[in-house]
Amino acid sequence: MVGLSVPTWDPQTALLIGIILAEAVVLYVGYGLIERVVGPPLVRAIRGRRRHVE
Amino acid sequence: MWSDLLAVTATDPGLLVLFVGFGLVVGILFGFFGMGGSFLVTPALLMLGYPARVAVGSGMAFVFGTAVIATLKHSDLGQVDYRLGVLMIAGTTVGIELGRASVLYLETLGLAAGIISVVYVLLLGAIGVLVTRDARGGSGRALAADGGLPPAAVWIHTHLNLPPRIRLRGDVHVSVWIITVVALSTGVLSGFLGVGGGFIRMPAMIYAIGVPVPVAVGTDLFEIVFSGGIGSYLYGQSGGVDLTIVVPLLLGSALGARIGSAATAIVDAEGIKIYFGLMLIAGAVAVAVGEVGGVLGVTALEQLGLVLVIGAAVAVAAGILGQVVLTIRRRDRAD
Repeated sequence: MVGLSVPTWDPQTALLIGIILAEAVVLYVGYGLIERVVGPPLVRAIRGRRRHVE
Repeated sequence: MWSDLLAVTATDPGLLVLFVGFGLVVGILFGFFGMGGSFLVTPALLMLGYPARVAVGSGMAFVFGTAVIATLKHSDLGQVDYRLGVLMIAGTTVGIELGRASVLYLETLGLAAGIISVVYVLLLGAIGVLVTRDARGGSGRALAADGGLPPAAVWIHTHLNLPPRIRLRGDVHVSVWIITVVALSTGVLSGFLGVGGGFIRMPAMIYAIGVPVPVAVGTDLFEIVFSGGIGSYLYGQSGGVDLTIVVPLLLGSALGARIGSAATAIVDAEGIKIYFGLMLIAGAVAVAVGEVGGVLGVTALEQLGLVLVIGAAVAVAAGILGQVVLTIRRRDRAD
């Protein structure tokens, strides 16, 4: 493959990408926890049912 | 590096809110369609006055982070086919190099910019119209009555049924050669146009390989994790990735990607296709307006193109949320 860009090792850039990856994973887990708490009442609100009905 | 992270806290609060909100919208579209990141973010950053290297590099890093989140969510929902993803990554990588080589050739002829712009607009518009027509039943043959393969996939599978074959999610048995050809061709187009190519790969996986729509979205996102990661690394080496942009964008898109990904499990396949098609048609109009503005040197037209595409993105994201609410209520009534 002529012209294929092959990345060379660069610790600073690896750290930069690592920070973005870590932020993504932390946010995924964090929003997942929020989803667990907020999700069920939100779905109930969308369905238009009162909590005690269920 | 750490000073870059600290600089996030020193960013203008108005700009932070703008980035988080924009990230939320793009995240919803990205999780729902498996495309749309660089399509929206890079032009917006250019308009905000960031240098091209930073706009492209930070846009790519944002796409990488959002793709990680959306892939994790799709994986939770069982909507990522890793074998298909790996084959697609291999074929697409080779295809991108072929596409780039063709751009270099056209550049020597002085035709690259014009041809690429025209092909980009036509392809966006054509795929948008085809997918929308298919979903609305305008073609009269959206999917087989039994919910099986689209007619195009049936034809391809019948005529290119060469061994070895593999079984994909959705109980689709397909020749590895079909996947290779699809990956190569979509890679060539992606390299030729200089875009991520989700808007080409997603329909190609549905109509040529025959995987279910949510699996096409999830697998496309899995592929973007790798292409976005490598692209971000390459841009990061030349200082093109700015954390003061990426961190707040990701804060919004992480939530949006979860919502968009979860929505693919709620909204039916035809609904996903309609929104996808409309987004592409709006994108084609916006890109065409922007390109005409560029050719004529009219900045107002270029800005109008960006406003149109961002407006369409906000409208489509709102439409997806509305569709989710309607679907939940409809199912609730049916139960």
